[in-house]
Amino acid sequence: MTTITPYRSTARDPRDGFGQLLHAEWTKFRTVRGWVIGMILAVLVTAGLGVLIARTTVPSCSSQSSSGQQGPVQHGAACGQPSYTVGSGGVLVQDEFYFVRQPLAGNGSITVRVTSLTGLGSEQINGQPAGSLLVPWSKAGIVIKDGTSQGSAYAAMMVTGGNGVRLQWNYTGDTPGIPGAVSAASPRWLRLTRDGDMVTGYDSADGTHWTRVGSVALAGLPSTVQAGLFVTSPLYTTYSSSFGVGNGSSSSTEATGVFDHVSRTGTWPASAWTGDDVGAGNLGVAQVPGYHQVAGRFTVSGSGDIAPLIAGPLNHGPSITVRDFLLGTFAGLIAVAVVAAMFMTAEYRRGLIRTTLAASPDRGRVLAAKAIVIGAAAFAAGLAAAAGAVLIGTHVARSGGSDLFPEPWPTELRIIAGTAAVIAVAAVFTLAIATMVRRSATAILIVIVTIVIPFVLSAPPGIPASLTDWLMRITPAAAFALQQPAPQYYQVQANYMTSSGYFPLAPWGGFAVLCGWTALALILAVYLLRRRDA
Amino acid sequence: MSLPAAELSRARYGGRARYGREALHAEWTKLRTVASTGWLLLGAAVLTVAVSTAADAGATCLSTGCQADPAKLSLTGVQAGQAIVVIIAVLVVSNEYSTGMIRITLTAMPRRLTVLAAKAVLVAGLVLVAGAVAALESVLAGRLILPGHGFTPAHGYPPLSLGDGPVLRAASGSVLYLVLIALLSLGIATAVRESAVAIGLVLGLLYVFPVVTSVAGNQHWQRHLEQIGPMTAGLYIQATANLGSLPLTPWQGLGVLALWAAGALIIGALIFRFRDA
Repeated sequence: MTTITPYRSTARDPRDGFGQLLHAEWTKFRTVRGWVIGMILAVLVTAGLGVLIARTTVPSCSSQSSSGQQGPVQHGAACGQPSYTVGSGGVLVQDEFYFVRQPLAGNGSITVRVTSLTGLGSEQINGQPAGSLLVPWSKAGIVIKDGTSQGSAYAAMMVTGGNGVRLQWNYTGDTPGIPGAVSAASPRWLRLTRDGDMVTGYDSADGTHWTRVGSVALAGLPSTVQAGLFVTSPLYTTYSSSFGVGNGSSSSTEATGVFDHVSRTGTWPASAWTGDDVGAGNLGVAQVPGYHQVAGRFTVSGSGDIAPLIAGPLNHGPSITVRDFLLGTFAGLIAVAVVAAMFMTAEYRRGLIRTTLAASPDRGRVLAAKAIVIGAAAFAAGLAAAAGAVLIGTHVARSGGSDLFPEPWPTELRIIAGTAAVIAVAAVFTLAIATMVRRSATAILIVIVTIVIPFVLSAPPGIPASLTDWLMRITPAAAFALQQPAPQYYQVQANYMTSSGYFPLAPWGGFAVLCGWTALALILAVYLLRRRDA
Repeated sequence: MSLPAAELSRARYGGRARYGREALHAEWTKLRTVASTGWLLLGAAVLTVAVSTAADAGATCLSTGCQADPAKLSLTGVQAGQAIVVIIAVLVVSNEYSTGMIRITLTAMPRRLTVLAAKAVLVAGLVLVAGAVAALESVLAGRLILPGHGFTPAHGYPPLSLGDGPVLRAASGSVLYLVLIALLSLGIATAVRESAVAIGLVLGLLYVFPVVTSVAGNQHWQRHLEQIGPMTAGLYIQATANLGSLPLTPWQGLGVLALWAAGALIIGALIFRFRDA
């Protein structure tokens, strides 16, 4: 009697080979010429549009503008690069205020009481005559500063027109102190002490009970600094985005602060106070900026601001940002989405899905392999597209003399890699939708309506901000927040509309919205793929 | 005795006019019996009205100088609704290719240009109806909502009315705009055949001009790009205020879109006529 050994295949169980599955899907992707062309087209269109946009931002020096719309506030010559002050943190800043100062040698402190802060508007605003106008971020207080040159390091304690007491330093730092408005009945006491590189701010409502607001390190502060009283008041601005083009109007304002109980500790070598209009040129409104001192009581008037410059149209900073060069992302995204949709729907149209599922019966893994392949290909395409648009666009705009916002490299990296990530996740989203609906036209329709149209509606400044804000919060297009080129500062009033590149969600928060929608779509896609006959 | 083939054909079909009617009837049967046609037409109208209403609700006018164009504002939804119109028009052609139906169609109706013309007439008619409904509803929504947001006679904005010449032109022009977008899409879809590619191409072509010109700081480039873009130029038809600042008159703008549509249809027709199905 013979025993028969049953035949056992030596081939591995295909379900074990996810790598092979990936390889199979990659082969399907790269051997369809149209899909590879589609990906290359995505890169060329996005980068090409970036260069075109960069080219259109170059001011035309010969022809003067003919239309009546208001452009950005012009600094310096109308043609050629405007000059900006660079602050101690490396950001572009405005540094204009009236400074009543004395040198302080070594460590020491200054304490004052502020009893009044009033403001004046310059011109007619919305038909109102010029007159009393205290803007929320007008400032009066004390400052310790590395000299009187614009952009130098500082720390300041101040009362503001509408935001209570603040400790601010080096243009971007801002910490709140006692809230509420200042008046003779409710004065504010402010104190700054210097100890080496550390400057500490205190506030008090009565001059006896003090609260420490914060300590800041001003690296490299020289041994002798300028310290004293300051007053400044930013432009009064209004914006409307509703119609056609964005509009903004701004007019200068002036604030006046009244100080008394000025006391100092430490070595103050000068015998008298000096008045300085730092960054002069922004002269006040009704009065000439300046100060007078009567029996220990100082009345100081100033105009300007100590704050970062805000980029974008209708703001005081550079009007062009690298985000503008990436507005073509949506076109590249359409091309990638078309490829991603067909990557799945072609399987159904050609009947290949039956072969695919016969070779790899675990349907969830098939979808995972497809998602990884299309996501990786889209990321690579997106990276090339975004890097091309940003780097070439920057070069074209710079050499043409555009008013381009200088981007710190970590932000530029986040914008480029973020754009690639948005395109990659959007491709996976499209793949999941295509798996659910099985028809490329329907899948593309859904992706266009949820991602492309919200983006297109929010790019030009023609659509009401309340609509675009909501679209940019709840739709997958929220992920475009990764392209936000500059931070939004609470302490500076400016045009922070989506059309100018300021998104309602934080960069990675917006990306999380897209990832959430994609995860939901993938779960549904796996469920339907498993449940339905192929 | 037998008639020559041409005679037989004429006897049976009654010549060219009859042939055209047959083609229209066949295409109409195909369109009407596909459920998605009705849903997409409804979707186009609903999306147009919804986005228009949202735009109305988001706008405010605080004083007389708010530089608003209420007619254009109340028709904002056309910018979103056109995406579905594109899909309707593309599917009329690409569905035939994806299912292989095109071979049956061309066997039954060998005159290819007649087939394409029948498709164009039907799509234009359907979009005309859906667009008219959407535009009417959008203007009505604007008439009801905008006065509550400061668009009052006191601020210089009487309620929207189709009896007002420019408003009528904006509304009826928006309908024609949607029809021309459908014809442009039909032409491109006939040329490329694949639905996803056609939709991507048309929407990319439409949206790229407004997005690029939105940041163009250079007036020369901005005006030039706006007046050649099918969407930017075509939507001039919605403008009722500040017409002097437009690079083209409203009807010239719609003419630019018509040129794009005609160009796409001619290319589509040539490819359709001379390429194997």
